[in-house]
Amino acid sequence: MAAGVAAWLPFARAAAIGWMPVANCPMPLAPTEKNKRQDELIILNVSGRRFQTWRTTLERYPDTLLGSTEKEFFFNEDTKEYFFDRDPEVFRCILNFYRTGKLHYPRYECISAYDEELAFYGILPEIIGDCCYEEYKDRKRENAERLMDDNDSENNQEGSMPSLNLRQTMWRAFENPHTSTLALVFYYVTGFFIAVSVITNVVETVPCGTVPGNKELPCGERYAVAFFCLDTACVMIFTVEYLMRLFAAPSRYRFMRSVMSIIDVVAIMPYYIGLVMTNNEDVSGAFVTLRVFRVFRIFKFSRHSQGLRILGYTLKSCASELGFLLFSLTMAIIIFATVMFYAEKGSSASKFTSIPASFWYTIVTMTTLGYGDMVPKTIAGKIFGSICSLSGVLVIALPVPVIVSNFSRIYHQNQRADKRRAQKKARLARIRVAKTGSSSAYLHSKRNGLLNAALELTGSSDDEQHISKSTSLIESQHHHLLHCLEKTTNHEFIDEQLFEQNCMDNSMQNYPSTRSPSLSSNNGGSTSCCSRRNKTTTHLPNSKVPATRLQSMQELSTIHIQCSEQPSLTTSRSSLNMKSDDGLRPNCKTSHLTTAIISIPTPPALTPEGESRPPPSSPHPTMNISTTCSNVVKVSAL
Amino acid sequence: MNLEGLEMIAVLVVLVLFIKVLEQFGLFEPVSLEDSVEDEFELSTVCHRPEGLEQLQEQTKFSRKELQVLYRGFKNECPTGLVNEENFKQIYSQFFPQGDSGMYAAFLFNAFDTDHDGSISFEDFVAGLSVILRGTIDDRLSWAFNLYDLNKDGCITKEEMLDIMKSIYDMMGKYTYPAMREEAPREHVENFFQKMDRNKDGVVTIEEFIESCQKDENIMRSMQLFDNVI
Repeated sequence: MAAGVAAWLPFARAAAIGWMPVANCPMPLAPTEKNKRQDELIILNVSGRRFQTWRTTLERYPDTLLGSTEKEFFFNEDTKEYFFDRDPEVFRCILNFYRTGKLHYPRYECISAYDEELAFYGILPEIIGDCCYEEYKDRKRENAERLMDDNDSENNQEGSMPSLNLRQTMWRAFENPHTSTLALVFYYVTGFFIAVSVITNVVETVPCGTVPGNKELPCGERYAVAFFCLDTACVMIFTVEYLMRLFAAPSRYRFMRSVMSIIDVVAIMPYYIGLVMTNNEDVSGAFVTLRVFRVFRIFKFSRHSQGLRILGYTLKSCASELGFLLFSLTMAIIIFATVMFYAEKGSSASKFTSIPASFWYTIVTMTTLGYGDMVPKTIAGKIFGSICSLSGVLVIALPVPVIVSNFSRIYHQNQRADKRRAQKKARLARIRVAKTGSSSAYLHSKRNGLLNAALELTGSSDDEQHISKSTSLIESQHHHLLHCLEKTTNHEFIDEQLFEQNCMDNSMQNYPSTRSPSLSSNNGGSTSCCSRRNKTTTHLPNSKVPATRLQSMQELSTIHIQCSEQPSLTTSRSSLNMKSDDGLRPNCKTSHLTTAIISIPTPPALTPEGESRPPPSSPHPTMNISTTCSNVVKVSAL
Repeated sequence: MNLEGLEMIAVLVVLVLFIKVLEQFGLFEPVSLEDSVEDEFELSTVCHRPEGLEQLQEQTKFSRKELQVLYRGFKNECPTGLVNEENFKQIYSQFFPQGDSGMYAAFLFNAFDTDHDGSISFEDFVAGLSVILRGTIDDRLSWAFNLYDLNKDGCITKEEMLDIMKSIYDMMGKYTYPAMREEAPREHVENFFQKMDRNKDGVVTIEEFIESCQKDENIMRSMQLFDNVI
């Protein structure tokens, strides 16, 4: 029931008087209002801007924040008003919703900000009125696409799977050639061979030189063997590529149904059919036709060119407009062909022998080609012919702008996606700097706190004041929280470089012990808080940690815990944090295993790309893996 | 013959196109048909302002605050100040989503629109409500009688009552328990006439109506429901 009509409810109840005399049984009791308040004005203060409305207006929608008792939480006793620390612009729309029953979506508003406000006030976005619903849904869809893009590219960069088997690696290499050098090489090689194959097909038909007997031979027949070898080579490469893709595809059935694989098959089939059928003379005509399909190899370029893909996608999405264009053209062609045929029927030696014959004239005229092989000779024919060409221009010009605008939209979307990907690296780098900034702030203050403690012992108070002033109340509370956590778990936070160093050192010394990195190993090292403190002083950067076995065991477990505690260090951009920390965690594990077995000359990179390492099984493959690991790191650090 | 016919058609087509082009340039004004669209537009922009609060307070039995609340609700739904039958039906139908309340709303409209000018102003609205919600039992009963008496001739016939009954049953819609039967309105009308028609002359006059209602306890009690609506 719409809100505005709620005001008419008393009228509807009064109108029920018509039912009373005809009713045979007594009416139920009417509900009574518990405390019949007089309607009062409510003041809603949203970030300083005051809105006022009747209480009953807000109570029209009792399942929202403003309509229920939830707003009492925001009541300010001193000023006797409800204070909301939110955006006043969006609140205008929300209040209008209570007043008129229609929720509007302002175009200048950001879609995610608007959604947040709606969620805050407990209003479902589905109530948005028809006038604004289209716009809202469009913006929402764009936003969702952008988020999905972000997620996808992040996943690709960080690679959530720590270990990919051969099949998955191959598939990834095929789909994103930039992930490894091998994939890139493969990509360029196939591209080259597609080009070679297409050029071969073209050159085959060029006449090159005469043979005694005054006959012009096409090159294909003159150098038949050479062309055959080239063709065979190309088809070999394409076949191998297709089989490899088929092997690597996660869902073979779906892959076989996809357009690209069909193009692949169509490109190589003629060759094999030709091999099989060379002996049979009857079907050699059909065989020649089949060779036409070799030209489909050119479509394989669409894997290599994004522009082609966009074009194909545009045509697919404009299917309805194209269909309309085709349909209207067909209608017009039939009409005009019929008219022209009957108009030209009387004239002698007319080329318009039948209506289908007139189709050709109509098409050529409507598309303003005008070959001139068929022209009307009678006056009626000429008049209708001119009308035909005028209308042809119109009919074709109509759907074209729609297709163009679709293409433009998709093209710009792709451009935006590319731009975002390019900016993403810079953005992530800045975010990483900010994150490390805040975590190092904690470590910095911890060291200062130690210095504080040291100074306390020595009894000088001036420096103490100087150091403790440098952190604000919130920061100090935060640090206190982290400190409590450290005390609870009996472990400590350290920074990245130290962690790397520790990993490396432990790899040198503790091969058997790191086989089972687990928390239980921590229990072996009993520590008291004071001894922890002491050890902290030695964890300053650039200091080599003395490697005693017990210490390194504890450090390992420390490292292990540190990885999983990372999320609490950072306060900004929580979602990004979560992602990179997830990447960090498996990294710790694998770095345990790999570093334990081989001593890598370069430190394992802690960037999230690095964890696509399969777990090592024996020394020899691990050497390979280590090289590929370093390879992986290099390529991805573009 | 064929050729000449086609040539004529061709020439005709060319002439028609020529005329259209001239029309575009405004050199050739064809006879314009009635522009009915503008008229309708005019009606909807007429604004009606009700009489002052004091006068309405005198005419009706509502307090000042109640009139204010009523007017605000009224003006919200009908910014022009007048309700025509379409609007009225649409507003009323929002309270009965399941059935079809169009007929009953039409009868109500006729009952509220006392001066029969095709639209309900705020005065009509408030006058009707005043009788129903603040009037005496007899006033209410006579208002109900006025509602039932479709042709306003002072007596209710069986056909009129049947129409009213059908409209009420229509508001129930299809999904009822027990299932709606075809004869239910007719039976109800028979029942009603048995109760109300004293002299069995086939019509119910206002005196018979009020008398019979006053004797019926249920009706009396239900009339008192309207005291607390506003």
